[in-house]
Amino acid sequence: MPGAIHAEGLVKTFGDVRALDGVDLDVPEGTVLGLLGPNGAGKTTTVRCLTTLLRPDSGRAVVAGVDVLKHPDAVRRSIGLSGQFAAVDEYLTGRENLQMVGQLYQMRAKAARARATELLEQFNLADAADRPAKTYSGGMRRRLDLAAALVVSPPVMFMDEPTTGLDPRNRQQLWEVIKQLVSGGTTLLLTTQYLEEADHLAHDIAVVDHGRVIAQGTSDQLKARTGGERVEVVVHEREHITTAAEVLGGFGKGETTVEEHTRKLTVPVTGGAKLLAEVIRELDTRGIEIDDIGLRRPTLDDVFLSLTGHVAESADDEANGKEAVK
Amino acid sequence: MSAVTETAPVTAAGNPVGRSIRDSLIVAKRNLIRMSRIPEMVIFGLIQPIMFVVLFTYVFGGSMKIGTSTSALDYKNFLMAGIFAQTVTFATASSGAGIADDMHKGLVDRFRSLPMARGAVLTGRTLADLVQTALTLLVLAVVALLVGWRVGSDGDTNAAKVLAAFGLLLLLGYAFTWIGALIGLTVRTPEAATSGGLIWLFPVTFLSNAFVDTSNMTPWLRHVAEWNPFSATVQATRVLFANPGQSTSQAWPMQHPVWASLIYSVLIIAVFRTLAVRKYRSAA
Repeated sequence: MPGAIHAEGLVKTFGDVRALDGVDLDVPEGTVLGLLGPNGAGKTTTVRCLTTLLRPDSGRAVVAGVDVLKHPDAVRRSIGLSGQFAAVDEYLTGRENLQMVGQLYQMRAKAARARATELLEQFNLADAADRPAKTYSGGMRRRLDLAAALVVSPPVMFMDEPTTGLDPRNRQQLWEVIKQLVSGGTTLLLTTQYLEEADHLAHDIAVVDHGRVIAQGTSDQLKARTGGERVEVVVHEREHITTAAEVLGGFGKGETTVEEHTRKLTVPVTGGAKLLAEVIRELDTRGIEIDDIGLRRPTLDDVFLSLTGHVAESADDEANGKEAVK
Repeated sequence: MSAVTETAPVTAAGNPVGRSIRDSLIVAKRNLIRMSRIPEMVIFGLIQPIMFVVLFTYVFGGSMKIGTSTSALDYKNFLMAGIFAQTVTFATASSGAGIADDMHKGLVDRFRSLPMARGAVLTGRTLADLVQTALTLLVLAVVALLVGWRVGSDGDTNAAKVLAAFGLLLLLGYAFTWIGALIGLTVRTPEAATSGGLIWLFPVTFLSNAFVDTSNMTPWLRHVAEWNPFSATVQATRVLFANPGQSTSQAWPMQHPVWASLIYSVLIIAVFRTLAVRKYRSAA
């Protein structure tokens, strides 16, 4: 039984660029899939294909049980889309924007008006409801955009980089809203460049690079692929590095790596906090003063690096670098 | 419209035509609200044709020959049909710019992800522009009356004919906004749509009978001017207003200007609406 969002072999080319190179996805009903990847990886193109905005060159997609290519209009009735750029009319008030969207979802005028009021309350926009949206802050606009996507409480939601460009406080607020939403049973596909965001919101994460899904699984599964936990130590004195390496070597399950200039030593371990305590005791016994010590689990940054050979942000820098060379 | 709204169920669509009209009106309302919040755009839209009226009347008026007459009053009465027609075509640029702006800001993405009638975004925009054009025409007619323009200055006319003339002008304006819509969808930035929407209007409106008597043109140019769709509406307006300078040419559109104007406008709508809606559907 395919999930609420299901895609098989989506391919889309723009001229010479193969934006999607066979994307396969499956999002079970009521879960959140985080589509994680750098700029230009194909995240937005995937969302555009699944939301009927773009017709893929090949492949098939089913959203909310409906074939996207065969019955796009039926799909549109069951989805909400919140874009990368807050797509609201800046000259209309928040209320007018939501009412218009409701009516275009084929709600009656009265029902659309009532729903708009409800959403403005829910999204903390009631005070600004009758002001043109151009007077809103970035965070308010983003909330209005999200509210517009939720007018008919669609069973399937798509959010394309919902928090890009928001400050940390607004991002945190939006995360809370999204969490509430999915606790109500909505299926959500969310794209993000922020590893932290995917980790925080998504049940499952699909890592995309160069138009392909290169890995999929829970955050823990992906992290496990990168290797387990490790102990990181920063010693105070440079001359203690060798001794510290000896100590860590005794506890480690693999090779100890040393960064001379930051006086940082890292070693893969098993045994968690208990082991960490032993390491600290041993270092202390040997009289090694430490600046920092910790048990680190791999981050999604590590995952990305080990999967693609480059860190998440660097795809962007690479592109910029090429531009600069020309 | 209200009947359709009342019976429309919350999720499923009613009959396609009713839904299309309803959605178009919702989008039109949105665009009219926008216009009311950017009054300076409406005002600039008014100033330009008023300047044309004043400049053409007083600068060119004394040195123009209409038929055998060189009277400035005859030129004034001749000119207004041309200025009115030119004014309605200028809505093209604002239509295109508005649609390009919606594309640019991601609003078109929002609309395209909604279960609404496919042509409604464009129809709504062109209808709102039609309202603005009507408003502009009204103000312009008042200014024209103030500088001395009168209907029936060269024969008999009546209220119905004058209204019919304004109807043809609005229809022409509406037809041209669909050309603007296609330009806006094609160029994608509001700046390009504004200039791209305007430049071609100059040859179209000047290679015509709008400002000068075509009988003074070289034959090939006269031919172009007489078959120019724009000229048909100008001639029709002049005939219905009973203003001087009506073409006596044997060219079919000059002989049957009302029919020619109707046919041209409907044809433009049919062709450009089809192209624009197709472009909108596939817009990436």
